[in-house]
Amino acid sequence: MEGFNGQRSTVNGQRIKMLKIEDLHASVAGKEILRGINLEVKPGEVHAIMGPNGSGKSTLSSVLVGNPQYEVTQGTVTFNGKNLLELSPEDRSHEGLFLSFQYPVEIPGVSMTNFMRAAVNEKRKYLNLPALSASEFLKLMREKRAIVELDNKLANRSVNEGFSGGEKKRNEIFQMAMLEPKLSILDETDSGLDIDALRIVAEGVNKLKTPETSCIVITHYQRLLDYIKPDIVHVLYQGRIVMTAGPELALELEKRGYDWIKEIDN
Amino acid sequence: MELKQGKYKDNDYVRQVAEEKYKYGFTTDVHTEVIDRGLNEEVVRLISEKKEEPEWLLDFRLKAYRHWLKQTMPTWAHLRIPEIDYQAISYYADPTKKRKDEGKKEIDPELMKTFDKLGIPLEERMALSGLAVDAVMDSVSVKTTFKEQLKEKGIIFCSMSEAIKEHPDLVRQYLGSVVPYTDNFFAALNSAVFSDGSFVYIPKGVRCPMELSTYFRINARNTGQFERTLIVADDESYVSYLEGCTAPMRDENQLHAAIVEIVVHERAEVKYSTVQNWYPGDAEGKGGVYNFVTKRGHLRGNNSKLSWTQVETGSAITWKYPSCILQGDNSTAEFYSVAVTNNYQQADTGTKMIHLGKNTRSTIVSKGISAGKSENSYRGLVRVAAKADNARNYSQCDSLLLGDKCGAHTFPYMDIHNETAVVEHEATTSKINEEQIFYCNQRGISTEDAVGLIVNGYAKDVLNKLPMEFAVEAQKLLSVSLEGSVG
Repeated sequence: MEGFNGQRSTVNGQRIKMLKIEDLHASVAGKEILRGINLEVKPGEVHAIMGPNGSGKSTLSSVLVGNPQYEVTQGTVTFNGKNLLELSPEDRSHEGLFLSFQYPVEIPGVSMTNFMRAAVNEKRKYLNLPALSASEFLKLMREKRAIVELDNKLANRSVNEGFSGGEKKRNEIFQMAMLEPKLSILDETDSGLDIDALRIVAEGVNKLKTPETSCIVITHYQRLLDYIKPDIVHVLYQGRIVMTAGPELALELEKRGYDWIKEIDN
Repeated sequence: MELKQGKYKDNDYVRQVAEEKYKYGFTTDVHTEVIDRGLNEEVVRLISEKKEEPEWLLDFRLKAYRHWLKQTMPTWAHLRIPEIDYQAISYYADPTKKRKDEGKKEIDPELMKTFDKLGIPLEERMALSGLAVDAVMDSVSVKTTFKEQLKEKGIIFCSMSEAIKEHPDLVRQYLGSVVPYTDNFFAALNSAVFSDGSFVYIPKGVRCPMELSTYFRINARNTGQFERTLIVADDESYVSYLEGCTAPMRDENQLHAAIVEIVVHERAEVKYSTVQNWYPGDAEGKGGVYNFVTKRGHLRGNNSKLSWTQVETGSAITWKYPSCILQGDNSTAEFYSVAVTNNYQQADTGTKMIHLGKNTRSTIVSKGISAGKSENSYRGLVRVAAKADNARNYSQCDSLLLGDKCGAHTFPYMDIHNETAVVEHEATTSKINEEQIFYCNQRGISTEDAVGLIVNGYAKDVLNKLPMEFAVEAQKLLSVSLEGSVG
């Protein structure tokens, strides 16, 4: 059974940047939130984006996945060599972009099985792969469920309906495992989780890590980063990335809070 | 002639069928003249004469017609119905008259696309498009094979016209016993001018071995606008009947006023399923079929059971209340419905459960889906008579709205005259929200497919009641009916 990551990340010996954001400006309801974001993510890297509330963290993830409520007013985004902003949200997903939502929505009446099957087969169709048979698909579900310790009853439940906060987040990572994205964006995945749920989610993400895939972890707190160790940490403040450094930056923010960042950015 | 459905060569088969005698519908002695438009007593007499009906039936028609003249169309429904000119309708169409489109050799490409989406088998597409009418499709040969199997068991399954000739006593015994011509305006009209329909009789103790559906899938077009169906299940018998088909059905005749009567005797069970996709009119709300139907089941015997399942996606205006009279003690009735309205369609549909016997049970599950600028109403009555001890009813009426310009309404009535009755009613109204759609989009599922998933999940409880082969088609039909309604 052929998976999704048969594609290579080098062309003519050069490493393709996974993601390149240049001077990105975006607004919602007419108000400008992102005011010139520049960011590069290479295959295999884990980037953390931190920042105080209202800095634009969720706006950034929403814009990248193509949420129609957000308007890009300036800038470019290249994903795997393609112009991301020109692609529909579905095609961005098919190209390998995944968002673990901060508040996963419930879809009553639609079973997880039917939902995932539609998602997986749509991606396969886009990549000219044959659809999975029912038994192949169920096997895949079983395999991937184990990664986040999601139990069997899951398959019969409607998408996120009646799921606890922890189950919802684990369900996000389960879906990530099923779709094998190139770039995952984890939008405040740690919010509302207790220590055990956090551990399971983080371990799940780590199990899915490969040298070809990348991750952007958006978080308010250092806590998650104890488990999902970032290669690079950025601080987002008032719609711009104001500081970029190694993992020690996260520890610094944990100790000192965000105020000193606000002073630096003038 | 051994026939496996769908596994024959078209040419051989068409030739064989043409060589066979046409056993169904009208007899071959019918003249080819066409009656002018308009309705009067002469027309009623002429219809009866053409069909070579016995005196008692002509009498029935005339009484109904005279009664109809004294009535006016009811206006209590939540529907805007343009005035109908009853004199502009032709009430008798010669069945051997060639259809306008018969000269065509190819199926309209738009129609082809719809057939593709609905997964209609290739063999049936020709017939559904009105081509090759003379071959009377696969259905004649299919009917012949089925007919033999049924005959062995003593099951009668034929057109109403044939039943009147071959089984007049049976028909006379039951016709009008569940829906008398005095019942309502359209019942009177139908009783006067009904064209044809189905007659089913299941003898005592017999379980009908197949879905009586495949049979009429293709033939639906020939039964005309004033369809009359009568189903009788004798003691301890069982039958599952499916009417209609998912393929979009055009008809020059706008008004469809049908009657379906079902009689269920002791310990017998009837499942009646309907999938209706009559032409709904265009996106501006012009044209489209008016589907005004009176359907009623009489649970005559003790421990009898009747379930109505309907998937209504077509018609410009749908006005129908498949109902049950629970007379027999311990009788059970069910009504499962999905009614979809889009663009400018209107629906006022529901059911009446009349509890008369003791220990009776009824279940109502109604799922309305509104989109575009449509109006979708559920109207239901649960009546428990004074002597109906220990009656139980459970009703669930849900509405799903797609967009801001459509309407969903619920008019539940409860008329309870016995204190031991337990009647439960639940109702929900929801909207597909953009967040749900976007969540699906981010997982690579298109908006159209997302709506299909959500709507089918919503209608699941009803779709599960359909015979399996139709459940799959019905799912596709729901998606197709709601195309373009979100995003």
